[in-house]
Amino acid sequence: MTARGGDAIRLRGLTKAYDGRGPVLGPIDLDVRRGEFVSLLGPSGCGKSTALRIIAGVSAPTSGEVAVAGHPAAERTGRAIGFVFQEPTLMPWASARDNVRLPLTLAGEARHDADRRADAALARVGLGEFAGAFPRELSGGMKMRVSLARALVTEPDVLLLDEPFAALDEITRFRLNDDLLALWRGLGKTVVFVTHSVFESVYLSQRVVVMTARPGRIHADIRIDAVERDANFRTSAEYAAWCRRASLALAEASEAVAVT
Amino acid sequence: MSEAPIRGRILRAALPVAVLLVGIAAWQLVVSVNGIPSYVLPGPALVAATLIEDWPLLWSSLLTTLSTTFQGFVAAAIGGVALALLFSRSKWLELALLPYAIILQVTPVIAIAPLLLIYLPQQTAVVACAWIVAFFPVLSNTMLGLNSVDRNLAGLFALYRASRWQTLRYLRLPAALPYMLGGLRIAGGLSLIGAVVAEIAAGSAGSGSGLAYRIAESGYRLNIPRMFAALLLLSVAGVVIYMALALASHLLLRRWHESALRKES
Ligand SMILES: Nc1ncnc2c1ncn2[C@@H]1O[C@H](COP(=O)(O)OP(=O)(O)OP(=O)(O)O)[C@@H](O)[C@H]1O
Ligand SMILES: [Mg+2]
Repeated sequence: MTARGGDAIRLRGLTKAYDGRGPVLGPIDLDVRRGEFVSLLGPSGCGKSTALRIIAGVSAPTSGEVAVAGHPAAERTGRAIGFVFQEPTLMPWASARDNVRLPLTLAGEARHDADRRADAALARVGLGEFAGAFPRELSGGMKMRVSLARALVTEPDVLLLDEPFAALDEITRFRLNDDLLALWRGLGKTVVFVTHSVFESVYLSQRVVVMTARPGRIHADIRIDAVERDANFRTSAEYAAWCRRASLALAEASEAVAVT
Repeated sequence: MSEAPIRGRILRAALPVAVLLVGIAAWQLVVSVNGIPSYVLPGPALVAATLIEDWPLLWSSLLTTLSTTFQGFVAAAIGGVALALLFSRSKWLELALLPYAIILQVTPVIAIAPLLLIYLPQQTAVVACAWIVAFFPVLSNTMLGLNSVDRNLAGLFALYRASRWQTLRYLRLPAALPYMLGGLRIAGGLSLIGAVVAEIAAGSAGSGSGLAYRIAESGYRLNIPRMFAALLLLSVAGVVIYMALALASHLLLRRWHESALRKES
């Protein structure tokens, strides 16, 4: 495992405005340490997806600085970051294996090696048997897993997840939550997880960063010091207490703007 | 599989055939009962007999027309897709050229054909007509398809630093394929129409040997049964072209595209 410590993500004075309209985001300052699991929690439309896209380098900030592992977006290679979108975002014309292999294909990796790694990534998310299946033959939860496998296949240091499980039923979501935690523990990646579920953010993360409504700013940064994350944790009193804190912070954050 | 769906499928196939048989019978009846002379309206039996009798002539004419259609179709497919790719690369090129593609499309080909026949060798002119009618649906559908890429997938390709060429090959072309095939399906029938129009225009100007020319020629000679026989062949050719392209499209898309998926219930 890579040594923990040091900043994996560093945001300074980050803002975003789409032309013509007012700012939708920031200014935001945020440091995420290597190997940390951080949730961004905020009301709908507060700019969570925008922030994630900017961190990924897919969208440019209006002002401010972004560095991932010390590098600004322009200096990064395509493999530094894994991204999971709100929807599975799979190519419908390609099998699960071909979808997962895409980042490797784009990086020019030989077909044979790439296939092997894609299969390994699929096996890691429990879909080893479905490598040849097309997206339409998979359930919503399975598609999300394929998407996760694709994000993992380049072995990125940083995983960005944009409400990946929001569209799934509760049972599937709980299971994928646990799978994600197991992956995170096993692989030691830095994870930024966007959600608007208080419960999910508390269950998963070491830090819950609560954002205000548009324009999204950081309202609170709550540390969750739980060691065990399992069914017991979900029913424990400390879990309920953290959820309460996060809920209150979220309510304040929403109100903070409603007043102005 | 249960019995009902099979019976339904047989019925669905049998229905148009039954209509056809009834129509032919009625046609023959009208001609026989009223004693209509064959130079006014030949009966189906006579048309069939003519088809067999004139087969060598009609068959070679059919081949001529099909060859023109095929050349026009291939030119339209290549030209339409290539132009769409060029336009997707350069907005300026699109702004500069698209209006002319549209003008070419909205001007009736029957009005262009005589001019082309003056300036081009006959065979080239005929193929050019087929091309003019057929290329626009390929162009516009492919353009639509190339621009119908899922925004998040495009973001994903940007994240992985895909080159323009990679994005085209792995994302935009596959995403455009269903649209492109839709355009080609229309283009097949249209290039037959273009070929026929040009042959008729050329026929009145002189030589020619395609099916449409045979129709025009038989018209002058009042050989009405042969007109019907040639017309019949043309329709069959059109139907076969359409079905062949529909089948090709189905085979290419059946693994993934909604349009090609079998209904589940
Ligand atoms: N391409 C765009 N052009 C203009 N405005 C945009 C664009 N994308 C997002 N916005 C605006 O930016 C704001 C933040 O959007 P964003 O998608 O980041 O919100 P979000 O926090 O992810 O919301 P949700 O939880 O609903 O996904 C919204 O108010 C939206 O209207
Ligand atoms: Mg969002």
